[in-house]
Parts: sequence; C-alpha cells; structure tokens
Amino acid sequence: MNLYRSHVLLCAGTGCVASGCHAVSDAFEAELKEVGLEKEVKVVHTGCFGLCALGPIMIIYPEGSFYAQVKAEDCKEIVDEHLLKGRIVTRLLYHETVCEEEGMKSLSETGFYKKQTRVALRNCGVIDPEVIDEYIGFDGYLALGKALTEMTPQEVIDIVKASGLRGRGGAGFPTGLKWEFAAKAEGDQKYVCANADEGDPGAFMDRSILEGDPHAVIEAMSIAAYAIGANQGYVYVRAEYPIAVHRLQIAIDQAKEYGLLGKNIFDSGFDFDLEIRLGAGAFVCGEEPALLLSIEGHRGEPRSRPPFPAVKGLFGKPTVLNNVETFANIPQIMLKGADWFSSMGTEKSKGTKVFALGGNVTNVGLVEVPMGITMREIVEEIGGGVPNGKKFKAAQTGGPSGGCIPNVHFDVPIDYENLAAVGSMMGSGGLIVMDEDNCMVDMAKFFLDFTVEESCGKCSPCRIGTKRLSEILEKITSGHGKPEDLDKMEMLCTHISKSSLCALGQTASNPVISMYKYFKDEYKAHVYEKKCPAGICKDLLQYVVVPEKCIGCTLCAKVCPVHCISGKVKEIHVIDQKECIKCGVCMEKCKFDAIIKK
Amino acid sequence: MCKAAAIPFTGTKEQEQELYEAIARHKEQKGALMPVIQEAQRIYGYMPEEVQRMVSEGMGVSLSEVYGVVTFYSQFSLTPKGKYKIVICMGTACYVIGAGQIMERFEKELGIKDGECTEDMKFSLDGARCVGACGLAPVISVNEDVYGKIIADKVPEILKNYKDN
Repeated sequence: MNLYRSHVLLCAGTGCVASGCHAVSDAFEAELKEVGLEKEVKVVHTGCFGLCALGPIMIIYPEGSFYAQVKAEDCKEIVDEHLLKGRIVTRLLYHETVCEEEGMKSLSETGFYKKQTRVALRNCGVIDPEVIDEYIGFDGYLALGKALTEMTPQEVIDIVKASGLRGRGGAGFPTGLKWEFAAKAEGDQKYVCANADEGDPGAFMDRSILEGDPHAVIEAMSIAAYAIGANQGYVYVRAEYPIAVHRLQIAIDQAKEYGLLGKNIFDSGFDFDLEIRLGAGAFVCGEEPALLLSIEGHRGEPRSRPPFPAVKGLFGKPTVLNNVETFANIPQIMLKGADWFSSMGTEKSKGTKVFALGGNVTNVGLVEVPMGITMREIVEEIGGGVPNGKKFKAAQTGGPSGGCIPNVHFDVPIDYENLAAVGSMMGSGGLIVMDEDNCMVDMAKFFLDFTVEESCGKCSPCRIGTKRLSEILEKITSGHGKPEDLDKMEMLCTHISKSSLCALGQTASNPVISMYKYFKDEYKAHVYEKKCPAGICKDLLQYVVVPEKCIGCTLCAKVCPVHCISGKVKEIHVIDQKECIKCGVCMEKCKFDAIIKK
Repeated sequence: MCKAAAIPFTGTKEQEQELYEAIARHKEQKGALMPVIQEAQRIYGYMPEEVQRMVSEGMGVSLSEVYGVVTFYSQFSLTPKGKYKIVICMGTACYVIGAGQIMERFEKELGIKDGECTEDMKFSLDGARCVGACGLAPVISVNEDVYGKIIADKVPEILKNYKDN
C-alpha cells in the first residue's frame, strides 16, 4: 500500500459538481503529474462537506486547510505553493478560517461548523464513497457484524427503541416501534425499503448521504432486515439524483463482492439482497403506501391506514420503510449505544437532525445539529444571517407541508413537538430563509401551486380544495381579493386538512394557515389597499420616478423595452403606468436610485 | 404540451429492438412496469401512444394501466422535448431568490411557456422540482450544462451558446 504525505479531499457532491469540481480535479491531477507529486499526494473525491455555497471545495490534510471556490486556474498555485513549498495559499482559504495570529483557524472553530454535531453525515466529506475499504476503515459494517454475531433480532430492536430515534422523513414515528410491529407481523416474506425520494423542494440531505456515505444506508438496511426477518430490500430513489444512484449502485456491488450483501452474511445464516428502484417524480410517493405501490410499478396513490405497511406493505407483505437519514443513524446507535444517542436532543426528540439551509442566508448548505437548538442559532450563527443587509422575515421548515417560523418564535428549541406547536413541522429538514423582499402571500401561493400539481387526485378535498385555495390566493395577489376571500380561505384550509385522505392533503394548507397567522397585515394590505408590501406581486406594483432624485440622464428611457418612459435631457422623467410592463429594468439601471417600486 | 404536438412518430426498428430487449430483461422482475417505462422514455425521449402500445403488449398489461402510470409521474412526457432541454429549478430555495423571474425571462426570450418546446424543436422549457444544488440558487441546466447563481439578464447570453448549432 502506498503511503501518501498529503491527502487532498475534493468535494464531489452534486452542488460542487454543478459548480465545476470535475474541471478542478482534472487540472489538479495534471499539475501533480507536472511536478512529479502523484505518488506523494492523493486526491480523494468525497461526498458533501456541507458548505455548498462555497463550492468547489478542497481540503488539504494534514494541515486541514479549507480552500473555497477553487477554480481550475488556481490549481497550479496550490500545488506549487502549498504542496511543493509548504506555504498555505491564504487568498483561497475560506475567509472564516483566516486568522491574523496563527495564520489559520481549524474548521471546527468556524461559525458554520462550531455548533454542528455530525452523526448521519459523519462520513460525508471524509471518505471516498466509491471505495468500500474507506468506509470499513471508519468502523463500517462493524455494527452489522455485531448485530449478526452477538445479538438477537429483539435485542437490535430494543437498542433502537431505547435510543429514541424517530423517523427523519417528517412525521417522527419512533423507528424501533415500527421495526417491532414488522417483526411481530406474520409473513413468509418481509421487506425493508428506504425512502430516498426526497420530494421537498429545497431539501437535499438524503441525496447527500447517498452520495457521500452510501454504505451506511446499506449497512443500516441490513440491520433492519435482520431485526424484522426480511431478506430483500429496495431503495426507492429519485431519478433526478444521478450521482447518488451511481454511487449507491457501486456500493451495492462492492458490498456483494465482499459478502456483506447476499447469502450467509458474516457466516450467520442471514441472507439479504438489495435493489435500487427509481422514482419518476411524484411528491405523493413520500406517503408510505404510495411509495410502496410505486415500487410495485403502479400509480403511487395513497390509501387509508390501517393496515399499516408493517403489517401489509410491499406486495402485501410486512414491510419496514424508513427514510435515508433515519437509516444513516442506525450503525452509530448500534456501536455507541442507545444512551449515547439519547443523551443528545430534547426530552421527546433525541439525537441530531440534518437541515438543508437555503434561500436568503449567507451559508447555504447542509447542517447537522442536535435537536433542541434554536432557529436563531441555525440561521444567525451557523447560517451567517441574511445577506446583503436585508431584514430577516421568516424561516420555512417542512417544505410545502410545513409552515413558517417568524422572528417571535426564533428562540424555541427545535424538536418535533415544538415545531408543530408553532404551526410548522419538522418535515424532512428543508429550512428556507425568507427576507423582507419575499411576499408571504406569494410564498403561500408558491407552495400551494406545488401541492395542486402534486395532488394525486384520489380524494376530492385535496384535488378540488387545493385548486380552489390556489384560485383565492391568485385573486389576492392579482389585486382582485375581497375581504370575504380571507374568511373563505381560512375555512377552506380547515376543511382540506380535516377531510383529506393522506398527509399530502392534510398538511397542504399549513403554509397558508401559518403565513396568514403571522403576516395578517401583509394579506390585508393586498386585499384592502391593493398593495404588496414586499414588492413582489406584479399586478399591485408601480414603478415611479422620484422627482427629487432624477437628474434627467435619459438612461431609463433608453433601456425601457416598451418605451413607456418619457422626458428630455436634464428633465425629470415620467413612467406611463398604462404601458409599463413592470419588468424593473429602469430601476435596476438607474444610477441615482431615482426609480422606486411601490 | 409541445407546440409541435402533431409531429408524427418517427421511431426506428433499432429503437423497437432495444425496447423489446429491455422488456425481456425486466419482465420477470417484480414490479417491472416502471423500470420498463423508464427505459422506453430513455430510448425514445418521450412516451407517445405508439410506445405505450409496445410496452403494453410486451409486458402483457392493459394500455390503460400503462397510460395511467405514464401520466401519473412527472418524469414521463407524452410529447417530445427539444434538442436542448432547459430545466429551471423551481425548488423553494431557488424560488425565494428569483427563479420565477428567470422562468419569465426564458419564456419571453423563447416565446414559449413552461412545459412547451419551440416549433423548430430546438429548445424545450421545463420547471423542475428541485435539483438539490441549493448552494447555486437560482440554478438552471441546459442538457448536461449547469448554470448557477444566474440573474435574468444573463438569459440571452446563455441561449446564445446553443442558438448557433
């Protein structure tokens, strides 16, 4: 085995691939060859480091220097300076790690990483996900070995139960209990399935886990299979995640080659095989019975429960279906014990939770934090606050099924119960930050349009109700809203959530309810004053020239695509409101801030 | 809903052969219909009635069931896509930083709406759920090329890269 003096970790997750990490990698390897260092320096393609906004990301060990937004043309400098001469390239360092006295701070001291605890993401950005030996080197498959050779299935279930782990897909059902139901259910054949169909737009933790640490999911599914007595598993993953699918397939093939999947694993007599099934884009497949129907090759329509999948699931057999992040916690719980896991978190929500932090926040990326942390800590300390000097407005958790959390609830410790109490939900972990420029009526409409499109159409409250609700919001945002529409909207929300068949419909009105609750004034401004305070709803906007600021430079008149601005040189210009298409180009181009929208 | 909706089916013998091989490969598998339709969509680029019939006959399931599955999932399309598939991420993270305006600009520049394709079959425009590259929001892709952190004014420049060939 070759011993290397330096390891260069290059993030090859979807975020960094999209920002061009492959070009960086090629250039870097070419530079290494150029100076003859290819046998001394090893380049490792890892999964996601979390700080996606700064991609492509490169970390060089043993120094641990974190280079951000690296371009192909920077590679020569890094190789020449850092690897040949031993001088860190300060100009490329992530600015938070640059420190006057010592030159460089460790990553764990930066605002983004300081408050994080990585359990589910522990190997992401650390190992090469395409090499099973690296996973094994980090205690991989040790937990499976322990379960198969030292424990009974019931003992496995007992540990998971005692850990307090709850489903990370959204609803938070206790995982151990789910396993116990399936273990006790009668059936000649049982199944274990993983939900990697991450439908919440803006959440990408499951994808990152599959890309960065696919073996953890395989190992956990094998443990679950042993616990309930299954010998076949399926991973249902979004077809839109090609890198995740590719790495998962490599991982499955390697595990089979090593005898960690297949017949008589660890010589214990236990057999388990795993297959990938691609989803085809249907949000409703986040609903357990719908997802299982989809694996069977049908339309993914939900049905009423009971019977629960643990009793009658895939192909009519007892089935355990867990989310990817839930599974990623299992091997650690098996190795470190239930007490270790339950020492993190709040009374009813144990462990950590991964959030996909996005929207109007400085540090967009994946963060894993102990339950019980406050929204303020996540958004302000880890996320680095709202950029461009804008004012924070609210954070949306739970995606289209969740609600918004305004400033007043910013110090509530985050767990399943508390989020539900303030009108939102944990959901899969999307956390979108909205600032003063986001209109809360428009956002509610955005989420509702999503649900309208994704409603499977099986039950009428969801199919027709969400459509009507969306029409009311359309009326309000286009300036035709009447006061009674607000009452109608509230009533409809209640009916839809009370009478829909599945969680998609039951939670569809959550964004509307919570946004109306916390931002009533904004809704009223749309209805009574026909104004959109955030300046988003086009039909309610006017672009006007501020006479005191206009110097008559004629630039606005020149750039206006419909020629509706008139005025002579050095005279105050006027916008013809009837002709204006509200494209905003004039305001963008005016050098004197003399055009405003109101 | 392609503007050129009435374009005739132009499947080749080779494609048909490939589809039947895919059916043979999957047929004995449990729940094979979805993987087969996914293969069919990959081979033909879309799922017109002719292809649905082949799947139906090859798999021994009714045409209505095939049609039911094809129309249920957003990945499957009844109409062909353009040579350059423009996909605009309309996930929440992109939407709050202006994906809506970017979609509008593309619609204006191309003269088509979300979900349509241009008459010369060159460009198709689709809003996507979430491509999971939230660090690059707002993000779009044209076939395999990804463009991140874009503003509406960059749209003509991006289109230019594909207009000439």
